Amino acid sequence: MKKIKYLLLRRFTQIGLLVLYFGANAYGWNILKGTFGSSVLFGVIPLADPYTTLQVLATGFVIGSDVLLGAAIITLFYFVIGGRAFCSWVCPINMVTDLANWLRRVLKLDKEEVNYRFLKRSVRYWLMVLGLIVSAVVGVAAFEVLSPITIMQRGIIFGFGAGISVVIAIFLFDLFGVKNGWCGHVCPLGAAYSLIGQKSLIRVKHDHDACTACMECKVVCPENQVLWMINKESVSVTDGECTNCGRCIDVCGDNALEFGIRAMAQKQKEATA
Amino acid sequence: MAKSSDNSRRKFMATTLQSVGLTAFAGVLWSGYSAEAKAAKLVLRPPGALPEEDFLKACIKCGLCAEACVNRDTNVDKETGKQRPGTLKMAKGGDHKLVGTPFFTPRDVPCYMCDDIPCVPVCPSGALSEASVTDEKGELDIKKARMGLAVVHKESCVAFWGLQCDACYRACPLMDEAISLEYQKNDRTGKHAFLLPVVHSDVCTGCGLCEKACVTEKAAIFVLPTDYATGKAGDHYVKGWDKKDQLRVGDRDMDKIETKTKRSEETPVDYLNKEIAY
Repeated sequence: MKKIKYLLLRRFTQIGLLVLYFGANAYGWNILKGTFGSSVLFGVIPLADPYTTLQVLATGFVIGSDVLLGAAIITLFYFVIGGRAFCSWVCPINMVTDLANWLRRVLKLDKEEVNYRFLKRSVRYWLMVLGLIVSAVVGVAAFEVLSPITIMQRGIIFGFGAGISVVIAIFLFDLFGVKNGWCGHVCPLGAAYSLIGQKSLIRVKHDHDACTACMECKVVCPENQVLWMINKESVSVTDGECTNCGRCIDVCGDNALEFGIRAMAQKQKEATA
Repeated sequence: MAKSSDNSRRKFMATTLQSVGLTAFAGVLWSGYSAEAKAAKLVLRPPGALPEEDFLKACIKCGLCAEACVNRDTNVDKETGKQRPGTLKMAKGGDHKLVGTPFFTPRDVPCYMCDDIPCVPVCPSGALSEASVTDEKGELDIKKARMGLAVVHKESCVAFWGLQCDACYRACPLMDEAISLEYQKNDRTGKHAFLLPVVHSDVCTGCGLCEKACVTEKAAIFVLPTDYATGKAGDHYVKGWDKKDQLRVGDRDMDKIETKTKRSEETPVDYLNKEIAY
């Protein structure tokens, strides 16, 4: 039987956070209020999305200190601990694209040569910078105008309206268009978190000696370019594009993958070398 | 060797050019879409909102204002004891307003002008300015809010027909200040009076309680964003009988103050002697 420990933990976190946000509006709970753009934890601690904050700053507006402090807290958290964990442990769109990705495998869309390759994974970084430029030119936080992430989140909290179409569009794009199209190629928010979390401590660690090269991990990984070391070397996955989702750990039948702390992993490598 | 490095350089140049070109393509589309998306004009914003252009820059779309609005203690139906829907809504797809920004529709739910203005202090970005709704004593004062301006369409207002209706006047939280009743003789009957609602733009906050209360099928008094409900005489026109208005002119040289309109291109003589096409 396949292990689904981290998958369950992630769904628990994602849905749990949405429940807290939903309750803040529907029942006045004072645990986690707002949306990912800007939130308040326990009524005191401000939290804000760093890329959203940058967009507002790019429009030329001198934003309130609560948002700046909140963005600093979030940046520090992912910089030190989480890497790109926002994408797989928090973002609600992850559930949509995971579903599309799973369906791709069930429908064998990956086996056929229907995986369009016109998009490069680097597109997201261009879009990330472009989003800031457009924000400055038009005078509005540009990614927030169409971000499926906050549209979906606000949909859950305040009601969807026609906003659901954006979520459906992402689903269809990932299912019939590009494999891991949105999260792995396009999303500028994910790109920002890739950059922020590049040096974070929590990393997936590969044990070459235990690996039997079944390549299951590469099949499920939404960013499988980060798993270049599989069946090659015993090193940590240090690429910032890894979302720390832990699916590779779940599917590995050889216990060749596990979460570890970056520094320790590197030291071990030096010790064995 | 030289040839292969030449090739790789050419390839590098081509891919760079392609990337830059495609980014420009995306930028044009994205800018166009964003500019259209924020172009919705007749939107009523929460109290203390910055002027629309700045508001759209500043709002981080977190929804804290809307959450504070719906969850305020006073938001209870007096008859059922249940929570009422909040005034502030977060624009979603299909609302045709910049997605994720707060707005309200007075005919559905007006602003009840809470004394403690729960929606404003929670704004983390500064899109809702606490200073703009704070009085000299440093206390929150909802009367300083300018969410919009109520406008009366006299042809559909039944008070202008001579019927006795003062629904808007009584609904107004600033009764006799923001809306007053003007008495006029009804010449049609010869023995009745018109009780006409008059909005005073220096007091009206744009809360929309009048629009909500209006008895006609489609409200005959309604709130428009202040920009769209007001005109401007221009600096050339000064009330000579009003000392306060004269201050507006200050020490400026009257000859140099000019209000230019299309009309200014012609002289008064032209205006009298020939047909002027506007």
